[in-house]
Amino acid sequence: MMEKDAAVTDDDLHAFVDGQLDAERVPAVLRHLQAHPDAAVLAASWQAQRLQMRRLYRETEPGPVPAALAAVVQRRIRRERWRPWGQALAAMLLVAVGAVGARLWPTGGPAPMTVGSGYGVNAGAGARSGGSPGTAAGTATGTDTAAKVLGGQPTDGSAAAPQFVRDAATAYAVFAPEVRHAVEVPAQEEAHLVQWLSRRLGRPLTAPVLQAQGYRLLGGRLLTGDGNDATSPRAQFMYEDAQGRRVTLYVAVFPPQSQPRETAFRSVRQGDAESFYWIENGYGYALSAALSSSEVQALASVIYDQLYPR
Amino acid sequence: MIDGAAKDVAQILGHIPALRRYARLLAGDAAAADDLVQDTLERACAKWSLWRPGTDLRAWLMTLMHNIFLNRVRDWRHDDGHAALEDGPEPAHEPMAHAPEMLDLHRALDRLTPALRSALLLVTVEEYTYAEAAEILQVPIGTIMSRLHRARETVRVLMEGPTDAQRTHPLHLVKR
Repeated sequence: MMEKDAAVTDDDLHAFVDGQLDAERVPAVLRHLQAHPDAAVLAASWQAQRLQMRRLYRETEPGPVPAALAAVVQRRIRRERWRPWGQALAAMLLVAVGAVGARLWPTGGPAPMTVGSGYGVNAGAGARSGGSPGTAAGTATGTDTAAKVLGGQPTDGSAAAPQFVRDAATAYAVFAPEVRHAVEVPAQEEAHLVQWLSRRLGRPLTAPVLQAQGYRLLGGRLLTGDGNDATSPRAQFMYEDAQGRRVTLYVAVFPPQSQPRETAFRSVRQGDAESFYWIENGYGYALSAALSSSEVQALASVIYDQLYPR
Repeated sequence: MIDGAAKDVAQILGHIPALRRYARLLAGDAAAADDLVQDTLERACAKWSLWRPGTDLRAWLMTLMHNIFLNRVRDWRHDDGHAALEDGPEPAHEPMAHAPEMLDLHRALDRLTPALRSALLLVTVEEYTYAEAAEILQVPIGTIMSRLHRARETVRVLMEGPTDAQRTHPLHLVKR
């Protein structure tokens, strides 16, 4: 460790600029900068350079991931899956995705909490009772949206989640555990972040505020979809609570010519993470977290109310 | 007992967009960047058994990428540390709607030697600690510090012009 009062070196100045200076060294460096205007000018210049470099990186947009790149990894994944245990895993994942609860949560006028009974009807229960979860939800609200959803959505529970929801769950699994690289653009630059992501996705986005629920915005990230959606930009907002638990809101914007059918709230559990998703007005949202269904549902409800204020 | 190998490999997919963006600054132009990412992914898949689950996947990918990148430029141009400042090919910029000062910065970056650029980008853009950057580039921390210093000074001089002192003692822009 560096002596507290040792002479200030270029290394110290770099560490100061990069936020890597030992705390007890800071006073010495500050004194040095006050006493040496030339050093202060230099450090300020490096600091400006650093910020510009980060801006350049943010604004660098390499476009959709070429299929050839993803294919390299896909081949390897297939090889892993051929192993017996890999197949077992694949089967498990399939079941997990297949069990996409056709838990419905109408998106119509009524406050989500008041139709809580509609939600929670999972596919299995619906099938056993001979009805469909959709019926329950439809009864609960009677809205056009719910009816539309029911018409187009198989209710036997085998419906796979849309691609963007699977992408959202993958993106959650990849980035939520990241310590240093959880986000590309931190929340301190929220205005810039939202503007940047809106521009990339081509429609205005907002980052919902979840302070009252104990979650602060960490920042966001620009991603691309997978599979058939490989050319579509996606946004991921990440939130964290005081215990360090993370929640991501993944947003897809669908082009007018290929807008999927709107859906009510649905959920799917993949591994530890529960994803709540809905499609409305050309936007697809998926809220993912390693929390209980009811906790994720409550957060989704808050977000929905902010996005579509009544 | 379930082996998560397929799932682990799938995590690489999530890193591709960020790797591409980083490679774009490291390698300069879009085609070279995607070549670099492709080679990185191929090596990661071929050497997958070397990755220790639970460790930082991104740092591992970055290590592979820099290894490939620095080896490639070493093959391609004798690594005497003297990148051609005057007669090198103009960097192939894809039209990106950058503000003019961003364009200057991009050009300045392109004029750094690969070794200097790597150190600068890892620390500035990726915010790795000096120790982590040293590990990724497989050099001592002291080397990271001196490369970082030369990189920053080179970019500064290219963008702002030299100070009076440097006019009398020109900075060696491209050494090492």
